[in-house]
Amino acid sequence: MLKHKIAELMNEPGCATNQAKSDKDRKKGCGKQLTPGAAAGGCAFDGAKIALQPITDVVHLVHGPIACEGNSWDGRNSWSTGSTLYRLGFTTDMQNLDIVNGGEKKLYKAIKRAIARHNPPAVFVYQTCVGALIGDDVDAVCKAATERLGVPVVPVNAPGFVGSKNLGNRLGGEALFEHVIGTHEPDDVGPTDINILGEYNVAGELDQFRPLLARLGIRLRCSITGDARYLDVASSHTAKANMVLCSQALITLARKMKETWGIPYFEGSFYGISDTSDALRNIARMLVEQGADATLSQRTEALIAEQEALAWARLAAYKPRLAGRKVLLYTGGVKSWSVIQALQEVGMEVVGSSVRKATEADKKKALERLGGDEDKLADAITPKDMYAMFKDGKADMMLSGGRSQFIALKARTPWLDINQERHHGYACYDGMVELVRQIDLMINNPVWDQVRKPAPWEEA
Amino acid sequence: MALVINHNKPLSTSPLKTSAPLGAAMAFMGMEGSLPLFHGSQGCTAFALVMMVRHFREAIPLQTTAMNEVSTILGGSDQVEQALVNIVKRAKPKIIGLVSTALTETRGEDMKGDLKLIMAGNAALADTKVVFCSAPDFDGSLETGWGKAVGAMIDALVEPPKGAAPLKRVNVLAGCHLTPGDIEALKEIIEDFGLEPVILPDLSGSLDGHVPDAYVPTTLGGTTLEEVRGMGRAMLTIAVGEHMRISAEKLHARTGVPYLVLDRLTGLEAVDRLMVALSTAAAIPVPAKYRRQRSQLVDAMLDGHFYFAGRHLAIAGEPSFLWTYAKLAAELGAEIVAAVSALPSPHLSDLPCERAVIGDFEDLEDQILEAGGADLIIANSNGRLIAGRLGLAHHRAGFPVFDRLGAAHQTTLGYRGTRDLIFTLGNILMERPSHGHDACTHTEHSHGDPAIAVG
Repeated sequence: MLKHKIAELMNEPGCATNQAKSDKDRKKGCGKQLTPGAAAGGCAFDGAKIALQPITDVVHLVHGPIACEGNSWDGRNSWSTGSTLYRLGFTTDMQNLDIVNGGEKKLYKAIKRAIARHNPPAVFVYQTCVGALIGDDVDAVCKAATERLGVPVVPVNAPGFVGSKNLGNRLGGEALFEHVIGTHEPDDVGPTDINILGEYNVAGELDQFRPLLARLGIRLRCSITGDARYLDVASSHTAKANMVLCSQALITLARKMKETWGIPYFEGSFYGISDTSDALRNIARMLVEQGADATLSQRTEALIAEQEALAWARLAAYKPRLAGRKVLLYTGGVKSWSVIQALQEVGMEVVGSSVRKATEADKKKALERLGGDEDKLADAITPKDMYAMFKDGKADMMLSGGRSQFIALKARTPWLDINQERHHGYACYDGMVELVRQIDLMINNPVWDQVRKPAPWEEA
Repeated sequence: MALVINHNKPLSTSPLKTSAPLGAAMAFMGMEGSLPLFHGSQGCTAFALVMMVRHFREAIPLQTTAMNEVSTILGGSDQVEQALVNIVKRAKPKIIGLVSTALTETRGEDMKGDLKLIMAGNAALADTKVVFCSAPDFDGSLETGWGKAVGAMIDALVEPPKGAAPLKRVNVLAGCHLTPGDIEALKEIIEDFGLEPVILPDLSGSLDGHVPDAYVPTTLGGTTLEEVRGMGRAMLTIAVGEHMRISAEKLHARTGVPYLVLDRLTGLEAVDRLMVALSTAAAIPVPAKYRRQRSQLVDAMLDGHFYFAGRHLAIAGEPSFLWTYAKLAAELGAEIVAAVSALPSPHLSDLPCERAVIGDFEDLEDQILEAGGADLIIANSNGRLIAGRLGLAHHRAGFPVFDRLGAAHQTTLGYRGTRDLIFTLGNILMERPSHGHDACTHTEHSHGDPAIAVG
C-alpha cells in the first residue's frame, strides 16, 4: 500500500519537473539515490513531521525508539498564535521488549493516555523505521483507537527509510488528504476563503502576509500547516483557491484537492517583492473567477502599487551600505531565485546560487535573474570549496541554512540563516526589507574587523 | 536515600532521553581526526547531527550509511562498505566510529563479522582504524551510548603494557556530563601535579569552539590514537561518573592499571578526593594554587549557603548529571523536591532526596506540582517549556543547551568550577526569593519582595 502511494507521489502529473522527464526516467521516480558515507539531510519521517507538526492543537505521537522524537522534538521553529500542545514531544519510546513482542498494544495505550491527559481534537501517529520493520500495523491501531476513543487518530505512514525529507513532506500531505481534509463542514464559508499549502509559519511569517490579505478582505481559511488548528485543516476543502508554496512538497495535495473539491490552485512565492505581488494578483484573479467581487483585482493592484513603492523606497536606504558586496546563496527551492532580485536592487552581487533542491522551473528563473551566467548556478558545493571561496574573497557573505553556517563563520565570514531555524520572518514586502536589514547588520557588523586581525605577535 | 520510581509509561511526553547512538557519536567526537558513522537511515544521523550542532555551535562530522527499505531487508553490509570507502576517500579520518542504530539492530546484522570481511577486502581502509560500537536506540540513553563507545575504543585500541614500567601518566575516563570546559580544567589540575593526563574521550580538544586555519572534514583535536594505545602505561585511571565504571574495569582487566571511580568532580569533598588521589599518585603535596582555590570555595560556600538553605530545587537529566547537581545542592542545604533521571542507575537510590523518578519532563512537571512548586529548575534547554508554564527560574545545563551561549564552556569541575556554580545558582535564587507562600527562608525576604539581600 505504502509502496503504491510512493509510486504515485513519484509520478505527479502536476509537477513540471516530472512531466519534463522521459517515460523511462519517470519510472525511476524522483528520489535521488543516496550515497552511503556522503549523504546529508533528513529522512521521510523528518519530512512528514515538518509538514504536519505545525498543526498546533493536536498531539503528534511518534511510534518508534527514542532517537526519532527524543533527538528532535521542539526543534522546528514554527510559531503558534494559539495552542502550544504541538511543541510537546510524544513518543512510545520503544524498548527491547516492544520490538520482540510488537508495539501495537503499547501504541494504543499511548494514544489513550495522550487523549486522557491533553484532550486534543485529534492525534497524529507517525510510523518509523523500526515500527515498520517489525510489522506494527499503525493504520489498524489508529482505526481502532478512533472508533473506541471517539477522537480522530490519524496515521502518518512515512518511516524514515522509504526516502528523503521531501518524500516525507508529500506523505504528510497524503495523510491530510486521506484522513483530515473534508471531515468537517464549517458554517462560515465565504467567497474569498483561501488556503496556503506548504507554509509552516517559520518565525511567524504568516503575520507578514495575513495583514495584506486582510486589507483585501481575503480570509486565510487555513495555512497547511503553519499555525493551523485541526478543525481549520478539516474544513479547508471549502476554500475557493489554493496557493502552493514550496511546490515540490505539497503539489500532489493541491492537485487532489482540485480533483475532489474543485479548488483551483497556483504555485507562487511570498519571498521577493515582485513574487509577492504576483502571488497576490493570482489569488485575486482566482477568487474573481470563482465568483468573488470583481473589484478585488483593482483593489489588489492598488495595494501592490502602494506596498511595492514603500518597499523599494525602504530598500534604497541600504544601497550605499551594501552596494558591491558579494553574496553566496546556498539554499534550495524557491529561495534560490526569489531573493536575488531584492539583493540586486540594493546593489549586491549574487556570486552564486545553489539549485541542488530546485525544480527545473526554479533553475530557469534563477538563471534569468543572474543574467544567464550558468557558472553562478551551483549544484552542491563541497565544504572545502566553499571555505576556499570565503578565504579567497570570492564571496563576502553567505545566506544559507544552519548546517553550513560554520564553514562561513570559521572562515570569519558573515552568515545569515534563511532556512527553517531562522529567527526573523522574511516573507512579503516587509520581510524582504527585514532580510536586507539583517544582511546589513551582519555584513557591516564591527566584529569582523577584530576577528580577522591576527594576534599582535603574529603580525609580520 | 531515595525511593527510585519507574512508571514504565507507555507514552513518553517531552522526552528527557536522547538516543544512545548520539552518545556514542559524541564520545567518538572526542578522538582526534575522527568521523563517526551511523549505520541506519539518514534521519538517524540528521537528528543527532542537528542536535549536536545546536548545542556545541560547531560543525559536527557525522555520516550515515543511508539505509533504505531494500538494504534494510537484504542486509546493510554493502552500505557499510561503500560508506567507509567513501568517507576515507573524501575525509581521510584516522578513526571511524561505526555505530549501529535501532534499525540495523532490529534486523540483527552481524556487524562485527561483516566489518572483518570489509576491512580484509579493502586495501584503501588500511590506514583508518574502524571501531564498531553496538548502541541500538531502543536500549538506554546518552550515557549508555557514550559508555559503550568508550568501552569499544578500549577493547579495540588499548595495547597491553607488556611489562614496561608505568609512566607519570594518569588516564581519565571522562563521563558525558563533563563539558569541554570541565575537561580543560581537569587537564590543568592533573598537569599541575606534574602528571601527564590522557583523557578518553577528550571533547576539550575537538568541541571547544576554536577557529582553525583551514577546513578540516574530521574532528580537529581530541585524544590521539597513539595516546589511547599507550593508556596501559599509566600509573592510575580515574573514571569520572558512575557510568564510566564499566569502562574503568575493562581498562583495568586489559592493562592492570589500578583505577578509581569518582562519582563527580563538583563539590568540596568530591574535589578533595581528586586532590588526594593525584597527590598520592604524584607523591607531591597539593600545590599552593589549589589550597588557595579550596579556601575560595569554602568562602563561597559560607557566603552562598544562605540562599540555598531550605530552597526547593527540581533537577532533571542523565544519571550522572542529576547526581552531580543534586549532591551539590543538598550540600548547601537545598531541598530536592523533584528529581528525574533519563535512565535507571543503581546509585540513584543514594540521591539526597525522598524519591527519584525515571522518566521525562512530564514527570518533572508532575513532581513540581505535587511539591507545591519549586524555586529553580536545573535541566537542559527542553526544560524551558515547563519553566515558562509554571513561571519558574530555569538554569540551563546538561545536554542539549541550545538557547544559551557557551554550553561547551560551562565549567563546574574543581574547586573553581564549584565556586562559580555556587555563585551562578545562588544569584538566581537570590533574585527570586520565593516561589510561593511557604518558601521564604531568608528573613530579609519574608514579605516576598524581590529585594536583594545585603551582606
